[in-house]
Amino acid sequence: MRTTIPPAAGLGLKAQHYHEIQTTRPAVGWFEVHPENYMGEGGPPHRHLAAIRRDYPLSLHGVGLSIGGDGPLDDAHLGRLQALVERYEPGLVSEHLAWSTHEGVFFNDLLPLPYTAATLARVAAHIDHVQDVLGRRILLENPSSYLAFAASTMSETAFLAELVRRTGCGLLLDVNNVFVSAANLGFGPEDYIADFPLHAVREIHLGGHGREVDGLLIDAHDRAVADPVWALFRHVLDLVGPLPSLVEWDNDVPEWPVLFAEARAAQALLDEAMAMDPRHALAG
Amino acid sequence: MPWPGDIGSALLAPERPVPSGIDRPERFAVYRNNVVVGLIEALAAAYPATKALVGERFFNAMAGVHVRAEPPTSPVLILYGAGFAAFIEGFAPARRLPFLADVARLERLWLEAFHGAEAAPVPLDALARLPEAALAEACLALHPTAGLLASRHPVAALWAADTGRDTRDAVDLGRAETVLVLRPHDRVELHLLEPGEAAFVAALRAGRPLGAAAEAALAVAPGFRFAAALGRIFAVGAVTAISIRQGCSSHDR
Repeated sequence: MRTTIPPAAGLGLKAQHYHEIQTTRPAVGWFEVHPENYMGEGGPPHRHLAAIRRDYPLSLHGVGLSIGGDGPLDDAHLGRLQALVERYEPGLVSEHLAWSTHEGVFFNDLLPLPYTAATLARVAAHIDHVQDVLGRRILLENPSSYLAFAASTMSETAFLAELVRRTGCGLLLDVNNVFVSAANLGFGPEDYIADFPLHAVREIHLGGHGREVDGLLIDAHDRAVADPVWALFRHVLDLVGPLPSLVEWDNDVPEWPVLFAEARAAQALLDEAMAMDPRHALAG
Repeated sequence: MPWPGDIGSALLAPERPVPSGIDRPERFAVYRNNVVVGLIEALAAAYPATKALVGERFFNAMAGVHVRAEPPTSPVLILYGAGFAAFIEGFAPARRLPFLADVARLERLWLEAFHGAEAAPVPLDALARLPEAALAEACLALHPTAGLLASRHPVAALWAADTGRDTRDAVDLGRAETVLVLRPHDRVELHLLEPGEAAFVAALRAGRPLGAAAEAALAVAPGFRFAAALGRIFAVGAVTAISIRQGCSSHDR
């Protein structure tokens, strides 16, 4: 049975922590995985994920569909995703506003696209196709950016708002990506949030970023969430109330207690938002 | 506008110019770096013993050449690198380690077994239910994760030493090893096969019935002991079904 993802702190599930999670069943609201890591036919990854799924709600966060690409979607890949959705019954399924495959080569990165009428139509068609095959709504995540295209004719927030309007998809707001893109492209993160179609947000991501010597921020997911990203998270919670909120730590993965502390920090802010939110206060 | 074709072709080719139409061309290097470093890391995760044998710098340089020559064609990156061993075989700077490609082949079989399909092994006594006269015509279905590597080098010993599983420091480089790789339950296991056993398993994998497989084994190893070999492949969990029919099906993958 599909288990709804609660408006609580979740964590990206890493193989290093399979054992700890299964033996201690820590108080984490939910877990999220990249479905691509579970696209082998069998083996220990499936055994661990099935065991953890019995105890926790699960979200699938894809990195390989290339929804922002100009070519047709890879139906074999979409079929593998569909099989995982049927097997693990995730509460949420999400992907990225980015591309990763071109002419049959998979680049293993979330690459940027220009925001034009033509790319909008294509991405909307891709989302329609994914939602048709999976038979459910998906969430689309705002990217982290290092550069922009001269050809773009609309803002990223307007592009996302129009995708929501055309496809009915939801959004995954990655506040670390907002912070990284804002620093790299020179805009205010709170201005971006103000323009963001917040009514469609169903999940929030948090993660750590690195800083290059020239000041460029890299969306590295290799360290703790930075203070200004926590502040931006709090600002978003003020506007949208508590939502499922995930801490991603994918590289230089720490020992479990360090990662768990990040979830606790996110949960503390969610608890605060829950207490402050009149919608929840009224509901009792 | 040359999107995304120009970007795609420039990502893996450092000699190509930065694509036009982007506002901060110097930042394109971030994507180039992410792509190549990420793919090298994927190979390093799949080939830890190969990496240990040559060291990080050589491995990264060699993997970088391979990544640009054979980038992944699937987003399922956990299975990327199927062509790495063959690439190493032809990679001139690696020739001073003639066993390196076979260590990589073994690691690939290990990875495929790790992620391979599940199947429950059957016990040896399942054979006892067959009429004695039918034994020679029985077909054994080998476990879907079973892989076989016949190497002129002590490939399993090198693998064990370089993944820290065997801490004895002497590996006799003159020894040949044939290895059966298998994940009958939750752990991938490696079994060294004698020449007769190797021929026996290879014949079963090729779809030969038991009698013909035993003859194939005796042809290469006159001392081949059928009952012991049969007991061993059941004991390690390599057999998942027994059937009697005209012709067995091949398991070669």
